[in-house]
Amino acid sequence: MLNPYLPYPVRIDDIEIATEDKSLKTFKFVFLNPGDEEKFAYNAGQFAELSVPGVGEIPIGIASSPVEKGFVKFTVFRAGVVTSHLHNMKVGDIMGLRGPLGNWYPWDLLEGKNILIVGGGFAFTTLRSSIIYMLDPENRSRFGNIDVVYGARTPGMLLYKDELVAWEKRDDINMHLTIDAPADGWEYNVGFTPPVTEQKAPQGDDATYAIVCGPPIMIKFTLPVLEKLGYAHDHIIMSLENRMKCGFGMCGRCGIGKELVCKDGPVFTLDQINKTPKEY
Amino acid sequence: MTFVKIDKKQWAQGLATLQKSYRLFGPSKEKDYYNYKALDVGEQPDFGFSNTRLSPKAILFPQSETIIEFSLDENAADHHIMKSIETDSSPRAILGIRPCDAKAVRLVNLNFDTPEYQDPYWVKALDATTFVGLACDDPKSTCFCTSTGCGPYNEEGLDLLLIEEDAQYLAKVLTDKGRAFAEAAGWNTATDGEADIDARKATAEAKITASVSMENLKNQDLMDLHGASFWEDIAFACINCGTCTFTCPTCWCFDLQDEVHGKTGKRMKNWDSCMFPLFTLHTTGHNPRGTKTQRLRQRFMHKLKYFVDKYDTGIMCVGCGRCVSQCPVNIDIRRVCDLMNNYKTDEAACTVQD
Repeated sequence: MLNPYLPYPVRIDDIEIATEDKSLKTFKFVFLNPGDEEKFAYNAGQFAELSVPGVGEIPIGIASSPVEKGFVKFTVFRAGVVTSHLHNMKVGDIMGLRGPLGNWYPWDLLEGKNILIVGGGFAFTTLRSSIIYMLDPENRSRFGNIDVVYGARTPGMLLYKDELVAWEKRDDINMHLTIDAPADGWEYNVGFTPPVTEQKAPQGDDATYAIVCGPPIMIKFTLPVLEKLGYAHDHIIMSLENRMKCGFGMCGRCGIGKELVCKDGPVFTLDQINKTPKEY
Repeated sequence: MTFVKIDKKQWAQGLATLQKSYRLFGPSKEKDYYNYKALDVGEQPDFGFSNTRLSPKAILFPQSETIIEFSLDENAADHHIMKSIETDSSPRAILGIRPCDAKAVRLVNLNFDTPEYQDPYWVKALDATTFVGLACDDPKSTCFCTSTGCGPYNEEGLDLLLIEEDAQYLAKVLTDKGRAFAEAAGWNTATDGEADIDARKATAEAKITASVSMENLKNQDLMDLHGASFWEDIAFACINCGTCTFTCPTCWCFDLQDEVHGKTGKRMKNWDSCMFPLFTLHTTGHNPRGTKTQRLRQRFMHKLKYFVDKYDTGIMCVGCGRCVSQCPVNIDIRRVCDLMNNYKTDEAACTVQD
C-alpha cells in the first residue's frame, strides 16, 4: 500500500531570489532516490506539499513544467513558519516532497482551444508551468492562440523575467505584461491587470477559455471584465487556495461544501465555484 | 454455527484464552462514566454501561498517533529523511462496542480508505480489529439510532454480536473474523437464537423514541441550506469548545504536526476540530470560517448535507446521542437535522402559503 503521508526525499539543488524585495525564492529540487521522479509525474496546475522535517509542510503549486525533466521547481513566498524556515535553507539541504496533489488545468478539454491566461503578482507559478507546457514543440500545435496578461506592482516583482522577455519575442504567444505605475526602462503596459485584460484580451467564445490566478482583489475586478468580454462561467478556470494539511482529501479542513480544495480542486471553473459556499 | 451460547461462568476463561492471541479492549468504569481501554491480562470488560463517554474510534484512529520519524543529526547517514512508523498491527478486538459505534467505523472508513488514497495506519488498524458488539437493551433518552439507519441490534460493521442474558451471552457470528474469534475463545456451543433475538430487538427498538427526519435532506439545495436563516440562532449559545467533534464517533478531521526532541523528530496525526478557528486560518490572517456561526454550520452541513450528497449512504451520524448529552450549551443535532430537513426558503414558503 502506498503511503500518501510519506514524502519523497529531495535535495535542494538551487535557490534563486525571484523578486526584487526578496520575499519570493525559487527552489529547485532533485530526487534522492532513482525512480521517484517518475512516480512524481505531474500535470501543469497541480501542487505538492513541501515537507521540512521538524518544521512542517506547506502546499505549493508546482512551478516547473511536466516537459522539464530532472528536477522540480517551486516559487515560495515567505509568509509563515514553514516558508520562513525554507527561505533560510541552503543548497544541498535534504527535505521532503509529497505529491503531486490535486487536479490540474483541464488539458484534454483545452485541446484545440484558444487560451487566455490572466495572472497577478506571485500567483504565476502554475501558470508558468502551463505556458512552458503549451509552448513545448510537442504540444504547441494542440492549442489555438495563447494570450497572457500578467501584472505585478513593479518590473522587479514580476516572476521569471528572463522567460517573460523571451516569450515577448515569440510570435506563437501574445504577451501583455503590465506594472502598476510607470517605471524607467519599462516598455510594456502600465495599469492594473483588470483594465489591461479589458483592452488586450481576446473576446470570449465557445472555443476560448480563460485561466485566472491572482490575489483576491485582482480576481474580484477581473471576473466582471471577462464576463463583459463574453467568457461564460464554465469557460473561466480558477485555482483556489485553502489551509491544507494532508493534501489528499482526508484531514477535512479545506472543504468548500462537499468539494475539497485539495483533492477535488484546486482547479475549478467559476461555474463550479458559484455552486459552492464561499469558504476559501 | 450462527449462534453460540457462552455461559457467563466460562466468559473469563474464554477471554484469558483470547488474550494469548488478541489485544482486548473493552468498556471500563472511570469515575462516573465509562470509556474503552486496553484490558490487562485477566481484566474483564465492564458491561454495566449504556454507552461510553468517548466512542472507541481512538482504538483505530488514536487522538495522537506518530506516523513518521526522522533524524536531524547531520552526522547520521539518513538525516532529514522521513520514515514511516510501523504501527502495531497485531490482532486486537473491541469487546462490547455498541452497534452505533460499529456503524460509525464504517462511515469513517469512507474517508480513510478511498479508491485513490488509503490511509495505511487506519487500514492496518481496521484489518487487525475484530468488532465484538454488545446489543443495546437499555438505550438512553438521547439515543436516536433507529432513525439514522442504525439500531440497537444493528449488525453493520460487527464481526460478532453479543446479547446479554441472565446466565449467558448469546453470540451471533456475523463474519469469518467473528467465527475465528469465537473459536479462539473456545465458544463453540451452537444454539438457536433467531426467534429470541427478534423479540428482544423489537423491544429494544421500541424504547428508542427520539428520532430525526432526513428524507428531504438529499433534495434540499445545498446553497439554500448554507444560507438558511437558522444558523445564527443555533450558534448563539455555542462556545466552540469542540466537545461534539471529540465525542462524535464519525468525526474524522485531523491535523499533522511535527515535534522535535534533541536531534530526533516525529510527525503526528492529531484529532482536530472544525469548531476551532485555527482549523482553517490562512497564513495571511484571512479565515474562510472565521466566525463561530460559520464553524458550527460547517459541522452540521458536513454531517447532514455534504456527506449525504457525496456518498449517498445517509447522514454522517449514527444517533449515539453523545453530542446531545455532552454539549455544554444543549445544542441538539436532532433539532438541527429536522430544521435542515424541513427547511423551505422564504420564497418557497410564500409560494406554499399562496
